[in-house]
Amino acid sequence: MKNLLEIKDLKVTFPTDDGFVQAVDGVSISVAPGETVAIVGESGSGKTVTSLSVIGLHNRKVTQITGSILVKDKDESLDIVSAPLDKIRSYRGRVVSMIFQDPMSSLHPYYKIGSQLAEAYLVHHPGKKEEANKKALEMLSLVGIPEPQVRAKEYPHQFSGGMRQRVMIAMALMNDPAVLIADEPTTALDVTVQAQILQLLKDLQKNLNMGILLITHDLGVVAQVADRVHVMYAGRIVEQGNVDDIFYSPHAPYTLGLLKSVPRIGSRGSERLKAIPGQPPSLINLPIGCAFAPRCEYISLADENSCENLRPQLLGNSDSHKSRCHVPEEKRDKLFTAEIKGART
Amino acid sequence: MSSPLLSVRNLQKYFPTSRNVGFRKEKLQVKAVDGISFDLMKGETLGLVGESGCGKTTAGRTILKLIEPTAGEIIFEGQDITKLRPGLMTPLRAQMQIIFQDPFSALNPRQTVGKIIAAPFEIQKVTPEGGVKKEVAGLMQRVGLNPEHYNRYPHEFSGGQRQRIGIARAIALKPKLIVADEPVSALDVSIQAQVINLIDDLQKADGISIVFIAHDLSVVQHISDRVAVMYLGKIMELAKTEDLFTAPHHPYTTALLSAVPQPDPRGERNRERIILKGDLPSPINPPAGCVFNTRCWKVQEVCRSKTPELLTVGKSQVACHFPE
Repeated sequence: MKNLLEIKDLKVTFPTDDGFVQAVDGVSISVAPGETVAIVGESGSGKTVTSLSVIGLHNRKVTQITGSILVKDKDESLDIVSAPLDKIRSYRGRVVSMIFQDPMSSLHPYYKIGSQLAEAYLVHHPGKKEEANKKALEMLSLVGIPEPQVRAKEYPHQFSGGMRQRVMIAMALMNDPAVLIADEPTTALDVTVQAQILQLLKDLQKNLNMGILLITHDLGVVAQVADRVHVMYAGRIVEQGNVDDIFYSPHAPYTLGLLKSVPRIGSRGSERLKAIPGQPPSLINLPIGCAFAPRCEYISLADENSCENLRPQLLGNSDSHKSRCHVPEEKRDKLFTAEIKGART
Repeated sequence: MSSPLLSVRNLQKYFPTSRNVGFRKEKLQVKAVDGISFDLMKGETLGLVGESGCGKTTAGRTILKLIEPTAGEIIFEGQDITKLRPGLMTPLRAQMQIIFQDPFSALNPRQTVGKIIAAPFEIQKVTPEGGVKKEVAGLMQRVGLNPEHYNRYPHEFSGGQRQRIGIARAIALKPKLIVADEPVSALDVSIQAQVINLIDDLQKADGISIVFIAHDLSVVQHISDRVAVMYLGKIMELAKTEDLFTAPHHPYTTALLSAVPQPDPRGERNRERIILKGDLPSPINPPAGCVFNTRCWKVQEVCRSKTPELLTVGKSQVACHFPE
């Protein structure tokens, strides 16, 4: 297996009082060494559920998970979906690691930063306390925290938001993971600090040759750091491709709608934003056909009634660029590329 | 030039706080807003941008006298309202409204939407022509809500719809001034655009003046006529939107603009980014001289001793000893 991570046909279903919620429906994503793969989507699109599945954090007693999530560790590989829990624990944090969204609530307020970091190492290297402390200091300086010796003895409340996010990154890197999952790593941060953190992630990736799975809703962040992009809507991937494909010749109406609706610096401010009408559907009562159909303005270009009645497949003329839409791809390619050009100027 | 709807002069808001020093308590002050001045014209939108902790929200609330200013003047339609007693403020409140950031906590969960939107009429004791109910239904229609949902509760609405409810409530009394405090930052991208368009339309139709507080520069650029950039309680740069975004004069504005990632991968690859070092200093003990001096790459000796004033540079007003 060349890839570090291979998600195949992942389906995640939660039971709720109102019925079953299919949060993730047939998602396939792979991550190779040194590559940044982004999942973009709005709240409820299934991006975080996907990322939590990869480190096996769903409660198996209630959550139904099918498909496979293969994670490579040297010569062997493990399927997170079916592997026993103790086996997953030995992978979690060591082979696959995660940076959580909210640095304010993800650190324990009662423990010193240094010991929280060391703990992450001790889980996989029991008893090696001195080594763990050394590694903690090393990681703190790697993520750009000045005076690590002093800071390691401080508590989370003595750190600013940006500094805490650096600590979260340091913690995720304690065991030199092959794959790093970053779930909205900069959403809680200010733009100037976001720029620092994104730069840090990029530098670390270059040095450590990590694969990064980046979960975000911010198209600007994606444009800045991603190599490949998966756009999710209502639990499914609606488009995937290289970052340039997605931003300059989107093929899914939803991707196009998103790109057109964001205000851009430098574009003329007096023009109205081109909002996507309506709201995302409830995951309990998804439309039978295309989930985006009720909000889509290109329905008339597809065969009659197909959008309402048939679920579109993830298809494409090239292996790398695929999308879900009933409108013929040639038609979309020309039309959407022209529209995105128009939105840019 | 016509007289401004709102003039703010040297506005300060210090919050008291304390620190234990041995057995003694030392009194300190958080300088949340530290001497800001600006004018707001009729029908104008002024963007107030800055990072968390820069005092933009406090500024917005102090302008409306939701919190009492420490010093300075707030002049609304020629009347100094700085020292006005709460009782005398009430009739003026019909003229000045606020839209809150978080649509989930800004609405009373135990009141129906109809009651929430009708609250301003009740408080101001006015009965609109045709009755409150008809007026509320009309307002709901205007902000894109179905008037049939009059008797529903906030939890039955999505985030974007709740923000629309908040907007309907804010425009109910046809105010002249609205402070919009991060009205779209809690919303998803596709919904954000809908709400921005709505605010835009309502303003054009009614000629409302808006103070638009946000941290997202792309949104501010889109909606504002002029923009004020705040840092540690002070205005660093105040200019027409176009001038600010095409020719920023303050180093902080430049850094802020360069930090915003744009949905344009090719542009991002070739972009030179100014990465600011360090974090925002504490507003309890702001740096002497220019407050930005600890993170500025153009810092000189004078920046550490003398506070720069907001002066005219080109077409903009800039508080910097070495403007670009």
